[in-house]
Amino acid sequence: MDALQLRKQLIEYTAELFSEGFLDEQFTQLQQLQDETNPNFVVEVVSLFFQDSERLLNELAKSLSQQEIDFKKIDAYVHQLKGSSSSVGAHRVQRSCISFRDFCNAKNIEGCLECLQKVKQEYSLIKDKLETFFDLEQRLSATGGSPPLP
Amino acid sequence: MECCFDPQWPADELLMKYQYISDFFIALAYFSIPLELIYFVKKSAVFPYRWVLVQFGAFIVLCGATHLINLWTFTTHTRTVAIVMTTAKVFTAAVSCATALMLVHIIPDLLSVKTRELFLKNKAAELDREMGLIRTQEETGRHVRMLTHEIRSTLDRHTILKTTLVELGRTLALEECALWMPTRTGLELQLSYSLRQQNPVGYTVPIHLPVINQVFGTSRAVKISPNSPVARLRPLAGKYMPGEVVAVRVPLLHLSNFRINDWPELSTKRYALMVLMLPSDSARQWHVHELELVEVVADQVAVALSHAAILEESMRARDLLMEQNVALDLARREAETAIRARNDFLAVMNHEMRTPMHAIIALSSLLQETELTPEQRLMVETIMKSSSLLATLINDVLDLSRLEDGSLQLDIGTLNLRSVFNEVMCLIKPVASVKKLNIVLNLAEDFPEYAVGDEKRLMQIILNVVGNGVKFSKEGSISITASVAKAELLRDTRTPEFFPVPGDNNFYLRVQVKDTGSGISPQDIPKLFTKFAQNQSPALKNSGGSGLGLAICKRFVNLMDGHIWIESEGLGKGCTATFIVKLGIPEKMGDTKFPLIGQSAAKRVQTSFPGLKVLLVDDNSVSRAVTKGLLLHLGCEVTTVSSREECLRVVSEDHRLVIMDMCVSGVDSYDIAVQVQDRFTKRYERPLIVALTGNTDKLTKENCMRVGMDGVIVKPVSIDKMRTVLSDLLEHRVLF
Repeated sequence: MDALQLRKQLIEYTAELFSEGFLDEQFTQLQQLQDETNPNFVVEVVSLFFQDSERLLNELAKSLSQQEIDFKKIDAYVHQLKGSSSSVGAHRVQRSCISFRDFCNAKNIEGCLECLQKVKQEYSLIKDKLETFFDLEQRLSATGGSPPLP
Repeated sequence: MECCFDPQWPADELLMKYQYISDFFIALAYFSIPLELIYFVKKSAVFPYRWVLVQFGAFIVLCGATHLINLWTFTTHTRTVAIVMTTAKVFTAAVSCATALMLVHIIPDLLSVKTRELFLKNKAAELDREMGLIRTQEETGRHVRMLTHEIRSTLDRHTILKTTLVELGRTLALEECALWMPTRTGLELQLSYSLRQQNPVGYTVPIHLPVINQVFGTSRAVKISPNSPVARLRPLAGKYMPGEVVAVRVPLLHLSNFRINDWPELSTKRYALMVLMLPSDSARQWHVHELELVEVVADQVAVALSHAAILEESMRARDLLMEQNVALDLARREAETAIRARNDFLAVMNHEMRTPMHAIIALSSLLQETELTPEQRLMVETIMKSSSLLATLINDVLDLSRLEDGSLQLDIGTLNLRSVFNEVMCLIKPVASVKKLNIVLNLAEDFPEYAVGDEKRLMQIILNVVGNGVKFSKEGSISITASVAKAELLRDTRTPEFFPVPGDNNFYLRVQVKDTGSGISPQDIPKLFTKFAQNQSPALKNSGGSGLGLAICKRFVNLMDGHIWIESEGLGKGCTATFIVKLGIPEKMGDTKFPLIGQSAAKRVQTSFPGLKVLLVDDNSVSRAVTKGLLLHLGCEVTTVSSREECLRVVSEDHRLVIMDMCVSGVDSYDIAVQVQDRFTKRYERPLIVALTGNTDKLTKENCMRVGMDGVIVKPVSIDKMRTVLSDLLEHRVLF
């Protein structure tokens, strides 16, 4: 596939991610921050996000499986996850964190478990999508094509 | 010679013997009587006439002596005997005369004693009788009190009446006691309660019988004939003589008629009839005190009944109120649910609408920067224009709903009035020149330069009004006049509900926009400010506009304690829109701590901040990385720490700025700000402290201000925002 087609594909894919709400303008901001001095900014931040989120999701699963559930701790984790996801523009993950917090405040265990599942689901979705996105970007830069401006 | 007196007839010895014996017994009796008298008088303590007794005793003794001496005279007796006899007789005569004379005095006295005794006995009998009467009355009184107590101890109508009958029956030992109540129609009396019959049913008597009228006509108890229809409750067994019957009226008082000491005598009052029958064949009669008892009881019953009626009414009213309360509560909850639903809907829709809008706008602007053919470029521009219009519409709708909720608060700050108007002119001039309209701005000489108010909304109002002028004018000119409203002009008779009160700290800004456009017919003017009401004139149907603009303007103007109105002389004659809003007078400019960073101000914004040392505090690694990248992009030198303690350790006077992410991670971020400030003794040495938070509410802002922070940045932060923030911070050293 040549550069032009790859570029077109990347643009389409990006548009799809935005229109389906997976990403929001914060992601655009991240892209704008990437320049010559910081060429892999987005990838670095997103990898950081993946690591952090996986850690947080594990902690959440562990906390929710305890006998005595510490809702404060869970709330703190969810808040962190919300913060991270909003910083990278992972819109859907952020949204599901918001409803997670509501259930946490209401100390509703079933609701929390449900939300955890939802968050995990959204996270794995965005992970896949972003990995595809980076893959496309990499292939584009490999063929020498210029990346589309954010 | 001895004188011997011979008796006359020596032969009658029998006669002499009897005489002899009789005299002897007389003497005996005469001697024993005083003994008896003495004996009995001694026994009795009271005998006033002792000396009379003595006299009498002497008389009797002498009489006895005489008769005794007489015994010797039957045979021949000596002269001594004769002398003794004579002496005795003389003495006897004297004493007896004296006694006789005495008795004349004494006997009346004795007789009067007797009469007095009789009199006293009569009196005692009378007193006994009266005592008996009083006792009876007291008994009656007790019965009445007990009856009243029983009657008044309950507030239930049936219990009252039943108890009355039972107690009356018991007290007066009645055979039958019945109560007749008037029916609904008031034309008949119905037997409602009876002593002997448990469930009286079916007995009715027309109310206008003469005997009933008689009873109703007086408040006393009236004796009636046992044969009258109200008294004939039981089938009469032939041989029994029915007991006397008494009837009394019981007034059924209406609450409004109830006066304590004054029974009103109204002819339209309702009465019930109480009938009491003495046991048949007992020959008992109704005594006065019994009748009085009955009357008193009847009055008490009336009182008790009215109390019961009051209670019934109040309970009914209370039940009604409770029902209404429940209904109102339900309605309120439904209304609240509806409002909440609407708010939720709007919030969600707002977000749902905004997100794709942003995507469209973002991507269209991205698209514009790519290589496009002219047609494509035109298409993209149209897309951008339409989407901005749509975005504005969405904002308007959200604003309006928030305005109606009352949840919209004005963003008060200091603003530069002149620059506001200038900006409006800048924005509107291009559009006007396209339509070849002339726009003139007149600011009065005393027009203040600065004021305190909500800049964004004020500009929105002016833009909307001027924009309408431009929209609806095809040719001619638009003139905008702005001035400070004088007190006299404020009292406009056309707007009686508007009471401006200029004070020391505020003034009223008056803006008038005159256009020479199509005008508005007078009957359409009131509809102008209603939501979604479009001007139906065909010439203007395609001018666009959602119809919300003026409605929102009006709400904003009201929020600013002002008034807006439109005048027009008719179609084709142009129209004049005027509004007055209240703005604050700013303090001396040197003291203003928090100048508003107006987005319209054409300030020099630094594009890059080389060498600016920033300390970033954030415990979320991802957001820390993002913010760091942002700052690095702007050329700052960034040191990052991930905890509050590290921050305190690392901060030094090299850092010009500390950016703190306000996470809810237990430790109070405000606290750290205070601690950082305490570190540095001289104010100019310490770094500026800025909070980075996702909260947009005023409370967070106020708290930050309170702990002495220099600014608040609301996430999400774009590059431009951060640029502006850093610029302002460095220029003003403050961001609020």
